[in-house]
Amino acid sequence: MSGVHSRRRAGFIEHTLEGLRSAMERALYAETAASRRGLLQQLDPRVKVAGVVSLIVSVALAAKLWLIAAVIALAVVLAALSAIPLRSLAGRAWIGVLFFSGTIAAPALFLTPGTYYRGLPITVQGLRTAGYLVLRGEAATTLMLVLVYTTPWMHVLKALRIFRVPVVFVVILGMTCRYILLMLETAHEMFESRKSRTVNAMTPAEQRRLAVASSGVLLGKTLHLSGEVYLAMQARGFRGEVYLLDDFRMRRLDWLALGAFALLASVSIWAGR
Amino acid sequence: MLFDVDRVTYRYEGVTAVDNLSLRIPEGSRVALLGANGSGKSTLLRLLDGLIFGQSGAILFRGEELCEEHLSDDAFAFPFRRNVGMVFQNPVVQLFNPTVFDEVAFGPLQLRWPKNEIRHRVSEILDRLRIGHLKDRVPHRLSGGEKKRVALASVLVLDPAVLLLDEPASSLDPRSHSELIDLLVDWGGGAKSVITATHDLGDLVDIADMCFVLDCGRLTAEGRPGDILADRELLERTNLIHAHRHRHGSAELHSHPHVHRDAG
Repeated sequence: MSGVHSRRRAGFIEHTLEGLRSAMERALYAETAASRRGLLQQLDPRVKVAGVVSLIVSVALAAKLWLIAAVIALAVVLAALSAIPLRSLAGRAWIGVLFFSGTIAAPALFLTPGTYYRGLPITVQGLRTAGYLVLRGEAATTLMLVLVYTTPWMHVLKALRIFRVPVVFVVILGMTCRYILLMLETAHEMFESRKSRTVNAMTPAEQRRLAVASSGVLLGKTLHLSGEVYLAMQARGFRGEVYLLDDFRMRRLDWLALGAFALLASVSIWAGR
Repeated sequence: MLFDVDRVTYRYEGVTAVDNLSLRIPEGSRVALLGANGSGKSTLLRLLDGLIFGQSGAILFRGEELCEEHLSDDAFAFPFRRNVGMVFQNPVVQLFNPTVFDEVAFGPLQLRWPKNEIRHRVSEILDRLRIGHLKDRVPHRLSGGEKKRVALASVLVLDPAVLLLDEPASSLDPRSHSELIDLLVDWGGGAKSVITATHDLGDLVDIADMCFVLDCGRLTAEGRPGDILADRELLERTNLIHAHRHRHGSAELHSHPHVHRDAG
């Protein structure tokens, strides 16, 4: 009997530890992917940021579902040409966005007035409304992931500053990334320490209590550590601006890519009216 | 005078971490801030580095007050950050860049050094601390000792005139500990100021020629390392040494005061 309990206990804590480990891997994956050889990795970060943002704007303005789907297809092609596995996009963007935006959009299927779709209690207009929400979410997330997976995070931040995005916004983006990593590391250490001190079997109620208590402590610890990180950055002269050793340089390929992005975004906006 | 701390009090969440503290640190001195855990050493280092500001009192750095207004002015902030470097007790908080090389280059980049000089200085300091082979590694994945070295390199690369160190030898293995002490002893050929917060009395004579003993945020004593180490009553009262029962070989069980390395 105790063996069964032991397996269950080990399962809960070890499952959490495994989840945290893979979350840390995912958090560090972008930097690895950005150093691969691929089409977008060769481009100047400013071109990529401008291109991705203009495509997202075109998707936001689009009034035709097929056009949004076409932009998603374009993002997938760019990902494939930049050595980003489609599995990563599916796992980290498509499924999550489908779940969240689908949950938000679901009531529209039933509540939007209009013609019933093939005798079902949903309307064609509701289906279109939900489709816009889900597809726009999928398109924006896919494009952003393609940008982040092909560009070192600090380069993205520097490009945002070049485009006059306010310092406070860029600092918040940069610090959020650091806080997430710190939180994952802290959570991992907490659960490892818990594992080393857990002898008796944990009932489901105990597991829930552990999860709730850990969440509170984790937030407190992360907040404290995050404050320390910010002080350490200030101690080395950080004033909110992003500086890099690498200089951005526009080459012929970058100008070509910029032209292609501008053309695609313009066509999307025109065709999507 | 390098630092002139005048009746500074710092409180947070109802706790008085530094209580009406006054002390003066001359240029070029090697100072140890001694005290048990919670005595206010780390808070004092943060105050000296202009990262936090007391609710009352003032700290002067080379005659100019360390306050938010001055530190938001580039004309004061740039030379101050260039001249004063701080190594935190927990190296994790100092490591937030994608690679070790980027981490060490972060400070010089913020201070807008020429990029070629940054590349040269970063490589030089990495080699000096024998971590050149780690330059492309992700800092978060290093061992504790390696993280400490990277954190130290990220500050030493600026070649600051004043070095603030918070428990620099904690979590280091004996060899790394010894190498760090050698580095601090040789740092700047004695021309630099090194202020070390520690409760490790083992290296005191090597790293300091002046000590301030803190207890509950107040200055309890000051003097030369030899005098402080000789005052057993002071060390016991401030929890820097303690007695416990033990044996030497097969001798009888007995007790006498002990100095512990890296107790925290």
